[in-house]
Amino acid sequence: MSEQSSISPEPTAFVFTDDNLKKAQALIDRYPSGRQAGATMPLLDLAQRQAGWVSRAAMDYIAGLLDVPPMRVYEVATFYTMYLLRPVGQHHVQVCTNLPCWLRGSDDVLRACQEVLGISPGETTSDHRFTVAEVECAGACVNAPMVQIGDDYFEDLDHASMKALLEALQRGERPKPGSRTGRQCSCPAGGPTTLKAVPVKGEV
Amino acid sequence: MPKLTIDGVEIEVEAGTTVLQACERLGIEIPRFCYHDRLSIAGNCRMCLVEVSPGPPKAQASCALPVADGMTVKTDSPMVRKARRGVMELLLINHPLDCPICDQGGECDLQDQAMAYGGDKSRYREEKRAVADKYLGPLIKTCMTRCIQCTRCVRFMTEVAGVPELGAVFRGEHMEITTYIGQALDSELSGNLVDLCPVGALTSRPYAFMARPWELHKTESIDVLDALGCAIRVDSRGGQVLRVLPRLHEEVNEEWISDKTRHACDGLRVGRLDTPYVRRGGTLRPASWAEAFAAVAEKLKTVKPEKIAVIAGDLADCEAMMALKDLTDDLKVVHRDCRQDGAFLDPNVPAAYRFNTTIAGIEMADALLLVGTNPRREAAVLNARIRKRWVTGALKVAAIGEKVNLTYPVAWLGTGPQTLKAIAEGRHPFGSVLKGAQRPMLILGQGALARSDGAAILGLSRVLAETSGMVREDWNGFNVLHTAAARVGGLMLGFVPGEGGRDGRAILDGAGKGEIGFVYLLNADEIDTGALGKAFVVYQGHHGDAGAKRADVILPGAAYTEKNALYVNTEGRVQSTQRAVFPPGEAREDWKIVRALSETLGRPLPYDSLEGVRARLVAVDPAFAAIAQGPAVAAWGIFGDPAVAIDAAPFAASITNFYGTDPISRASKTMAECVAEMNGRREHGGTGTYG
Ligand code: SF4
Ligand code: FES
Ligand code: FES
Repeated sequence: MSEQSSISPEPTAFVFTDDNLKKAQALIDRYPSGRQAGATMPLLDLAQRQAGWVSRAAMDYIAGLLDVPPMRVYEVATFYTMYLLRPVGQHHVQVCTNLPCWLRGSDDVLRACQEVLGISPGETTSDHRFTVAEVECAGACVNAPMVQIGDDYFEDLDHASMKALLEALQRGERPKPGSRTGRQCSCPAGGPTTLKAVPVKGEV
Repeated sequence: MPKLTIDGVEIEVEAGTTVLQACERLGIEIPRFCYHDRLSIAGNCRMCLVEVSPGPPKAQASCALPVADGMTVKTDSPMVRKARRGVMELLLINHPLDCPICDQGGECDLQDQAMAYGGDKSRYREEKRAVADKYLGPLIKTCMTRCIQCTRCVRFMTEVAGVPELGAVFRGEHMEITTYIGQALDSELSGNLVDLCPVGALTSRPYAFMARPWELHKTESIDVLDALGCAIRVDSRGGQVLRVLPRLHEEVNEEWISDKTRHACDGLRVGRLDTPYVRRGGTLRPASWAEAFAAVAEKLKTVKPEKIAVIAGDLADCEAMMALKDLTDDLKVVHRDCRQDGAFLDPNVPAAYRFNTTIAGIEMADALLLVGTNPRREAAVLNARIRKRWVTGALKVAAIGEKVNLTYPVAWLGTGPQTLKAIAEGRHPFGSVLKGAQRPMLILGQGALARSDGAAILGLSRVLAETSGMVREDWNGFNVLHTAAARVGGLMLGFVPGEGGRDGRAILDGAGKGEIGFVYLLNADEIDTGALGKAFVVYQGHHGDAGAKRADVILPGAAYTEKNALYVNTEGRVQSTQRAVFPPGEAREDWKIVRALSETLGRPLPYDSLEGVRARLVAVDPAFAAIAQGPAVAAWGIFGDPAVAIDAAPFAASITNFYGTDPISRASKTMAECVAEMNGRREHGGTGTYG
């Protein structure tokens, strides 16, 4: 791949841990023989979970496992932005700045990141604990603005709650994912607006 | 069969045809970039939009739309015209408008289609994207900013070449075509990418900035650098061949040619013999034709016919071989051979030395046994045909020989003749695969025949062919794959030892021992010239290669682009090259040289025109009359000797260096770069194909 589109060349080798190899085999077995290439995406995900990102070595290793040309794996890995082609910090803070989140104040959320961590989107703190990234719609607009950290969504953020969230992470705590305002899932923000009464049998 | 109406004309086509194909059948041109009839359908450029009803009220991509009964298609409605203009505008957003400095200019699909279907201005004012160029080896120059992401190149490498090293990484605006190792593509067919790329993203590196297409003189000819006789077009300017391109020939090369066929042509410009030479005082000195002929005649006076021998090499044309055969017959010379590699080929049974299945016939085969051949190196385009058949899932391939990557999976049964013997004698499981097949075939390579037990190999192969149902009225699965363009023609016209004569091996042997005192080499370079001993050597050919270096007299001949000459391909297909340029300096067409020599010797040949030699060829074998008509079915017979003892040594490759098989490719700088590149790949742990 070109320098410009560089996938970091580091590690020269990658192998699954014994545990992950078992998982990989189970994933491969989901597909009929001759169609193992179908397992490319879950295996890339598994590799990313193991190493924190997907290196060229990992892609080559997966190509070998699936017996497909390495190019086919590179194509998939580079197509989806959720495969990380570069190492990231321990906490990968993905701030949604797409339209709904932006209208609901994602600029404040980003500003909180800058203030607490001292880094801009695309950067990693020098202690490698945080990476901030700007992403497009993560599919949780209803609770906008939101960020994704690792596998967890944190929603209904504002400047203060984002700051508190990051500070908690800095202290090594594990904040509970979900809405910061305490609403349940994506229920209306001010409590229920319809279907307030319990339906009585016989009524329509 | 669905019936549809296209631009008011009704047409009935087979189900599964695409709308684009149906339009083509009516002669309606549909602009396209990504669609290519020999590649899978991608449907990503959207240039082929047409209006279709019934259906959604929007234009649809005709290349990916199967026809349906009752469809009405409009290819030139206002909606279609507007849609095409729109697609064109989008394609040109990121395409640099650098046609004046682009090598594709004048033969660029994008340029032509923008003229025909595009608008006259762009509304785009923002910045264009730029993409870093990629390294694809010494044959392909890249300018990836020009790429329109049609993915034809990716599909060609994956599907036809079988070397899936190209891919499209990232997506949308950021999508790039790339290879992963920054090394040359490990394929003998990579040059075809340049023809496929509809824009100037992939252009020919050796031909970079040499000429504009409209300045070139185009000559339709055939290739002689392997034994397939691929259809080519020779583009020349000012007496120099600048490039070689493929022509369409469904039965031979479809529309592909190998990198050697395409890129060895710079070798035609260097190392040429442009004047006769005579060795005086140990050094070759330029001479006139008269002096050179006199030197030959003088020497011939002192040598008895039984000490004279002639060898025809891989590039010799039929006319020259015919003339030389007639001359030697007249001189009572019997030591003569066109099998310079010493291959055991039986000249008496045509079916014994031809590719009887025919190249197109491979597409009907369902089981294939390769014996001592590496078709990827020996006939790269034919190998693509085998792969094409394999891709359909209908062909099982097994091989006996050195394990290599042939771009399709092969069951490696063994390395030497014992395995062949076991199959022929019914002691090997693959025998039943062949017997069970509807159309089994076998390809016998020169690596299996050019050995001391060649007769046994040929015989065993015949027995195998006969016992496994390969030889029938409607099918002949017995094939010999040649590597030399001259071979089949030489065998047909009888350029073989006369009564009691020596064959190629024995001639060299005799020369070494002093039993042969005069050797005439007609384009013969791939022999061990060190073995010629003290013999007086006359070399006729076009390059200062091995033969010329050893010669006492050099008679400069014409290369295949400089003469109208017949060659017979491995199938037995008689074809003629066409002269694109004149031979350099004093060099002459080869049969004329022999004719002139016969005059000097006082034994003039009975013909003195091209028609005359060709009439003589037809008299020897009527098949020579069928120029460009395709091979006739060859009669079967008894050949080879299965009883001869076999040698357990594994079959050796007949071609070790694909890029340097003949004087032309060895003189070519481009081919030398390819060799260096591939050696580099091997060291870096490439795919091991050449390892
Ligand atoms: S390089 Fe040429 S053939 Fe390949 S995708 Fe780009 S435009 Fe198409
Ligand atoms: S816009 Fe932010 S989650 Fe959809
Ligand atoms: S030719 Fe139909 S989409 Fe490209």
